[in-house]
Amino acid sequence: MRRAFLETLSDLADKDPRIVLLTGDLGYMAIETFSERHPDRFFNAGVAEQNMVGMATGLAQAGFIPFTYSIVPFSVLRPYEFIRNGPVHHRLPVRIVGVGGGFEYGSNGISHYGLEDVAVLRPMPDITIVAPADHEQAREALSKTWNLPGPIYYRLGKDDKTTVPGLAGRFEPGAVQLLGRGRDLLFVAMGNAASEAVAASKLLEEQGIGCTVAIVAAVHPAPSDLAGVLAQFKTAVSVEAHYRTGGVGSLVAEIIADENLQCRLIRCGAGSVASGITGSQQHLYDLHGLSPQKLAATALGALKGTP
Amino acid sequence: MILEQSKRAGVGHIGSALSIADIVAALYFGIMNTSAKDAHERDRFVLAKGHAVLALYVALYLKGSISFEDLNSYCGDGTLLGVHPECNLPGIDFASGSLGHGLSFAAGAALAARLQNSSRRAFALLSDGECNEGSVWEAVMFAAHNKLSNLIAIIDLNGQQALGYTSNVLSLDPLAERWRAFGWDVHEVNGHDIPAMQACIAGLDTSSGAPHVLVARTTFGKGVSFMENQIKWHYWPMSDTEYAQAIHDVSAAA
Repeated sequence: MRRAFLETLSDLADKDPRIVLLTGDLGYMAIETFSERHPDRFFNAGVAEQNMVGMATGLAQAGFIPFTYSIVPFSVLRPYEFIRNGPVHHRLPVRIVGVGGGFEYGSNGISHYGLEDVAVLRPMPDITIVAPADHEQAREALSKTWNLPGPIYYRLGKDDKTTVPGLAGRFEPGAVQLLGRGRDLLFVAMGNAASEAVAASKLLEEQGIGCTVAIVAAVHPAPSDLAGVLAQFKTAVSVEAHYRTGGVGSLVAEIIADENLQCRLIRCGAGSVASGITGSQQHLYDLHGLSPQKLAATALGALKGTP
Repeated sequence: MILEQSKRAGVGHIGSALSIADIVAALYFGIMNTSAKDAHERDRFVLAKGHAVLALYVALYLKGSISFEDLNSYCGDGTLLGVHPECNLPGIDFASGSLGHGLSFAAGAALAARLQNSSRRAFALLSDGECNEGSVWEAVMFAAHNKLSNLIAIIDLNGQQALGYTSNVLSLDPLAERWRAFGWDVHEVNGHDIPAMQACIAGLDTSSGAPHVLVARTTFGKGVSFMENQIKWHYWPMSDTEYAQAIHDVSAAA
């Protein structure tokens, strides 16, 4: 979805001269779509993410809408305090783009995984977090949010091929997208983990269990319709390519508590990452219980009352 | 006024504020374009060493941006005038307090001016101890590589930081040569000689070439006999006796 995102951004930049793109020296074979069309509004800040975010804040203060681009941990974690004291505190429209949510950079190891980015940004009330589920939704999400006031974090997948069946690129700020009409179980999936949840729901449907999948791409502020959806289910399973704490599982738990809902929640997400062990995203999903088979098994266990 | 406010509020950082008072005076009274907030050519100023903000508040008061009542609210409950500058206060574009952030703001402001075909300049006032932060050097490299000639950094070289002398904590020597090696146009000045600093800045080419830095040698606690070059006055507030002595010292010098 990074390519879809950058193509959409280039189109938007054709129409709006305020859009500027900065990269922390990443985006080979993806970022050229912007840099070649808008060379005067493209800056490689070098491998220096703190300064990149600091400068983006200075640009935004002068009226620009700067996007900063890097892999999730370098985009969010390294310059975290610059994001907090810069665009968040100043309420400026800086857009932080992080590529590779979760385990997408599988073989690259934990330095490249994005497992706590949402957890560190979500406590701040004055930032918007958008995590598209596929490349079609990434286009729509950017088109509908790029001009919102205040800072935005875009959590993107690398994958420009996979589409979530039935989603058809739908996105609305502050809302979830629902797939399926089953009433036995609700999956609540964040961003790029949606396709695993949908695949798991198909496996369960084959066993006669009716599932609905709520896709949370507008992660923060919390989608206003999620409480109403949760209220219709006795069992919910959250799914995210993120540590189990701080992401969408925690968000659902907060809503259940705040709204006093009678919904049992099972949180699926990354657990402790075995030191030094790497592998493909698929391998790591399976290891952390995020593959469709593991998710379906967890859901079955929950329905039987044995998590 | 710095002394009065510090005493009234019972808050320290006096030495740092006195260290930069002449630099702030040089910028605000004769150098910077401080016209209306949305003016295309209004210069930007970032007090990267936010803890010395009392000197800036006094300048903003003397420029008419804030009232005496505002100034008197320094460090009170619900005030916009805290120990570090806040962006909601008229006259302040960038809130600071976390060292190593300000030069990046200013580099972005300078880049923005270039993209908007404005001749405005971006000033950043850093402390020497702040140059311990790696992020400062990220901004230094970007500004030199992109020839941000409208970016002017001023380093308050007072030789002190919170817990000791910079030469003992994390030596920065030779500071001017380090900036020169990174591709900046470096000027070593006396940070208490206002006309000399103003002449130096007025002579800079801010339309092409390298970014500029004034390495301004200053005296921490300048003007107050018992504060000058004393580490304790980074944090310490004054007693009544000390305050009387301080006022006597600065009055005698005036």
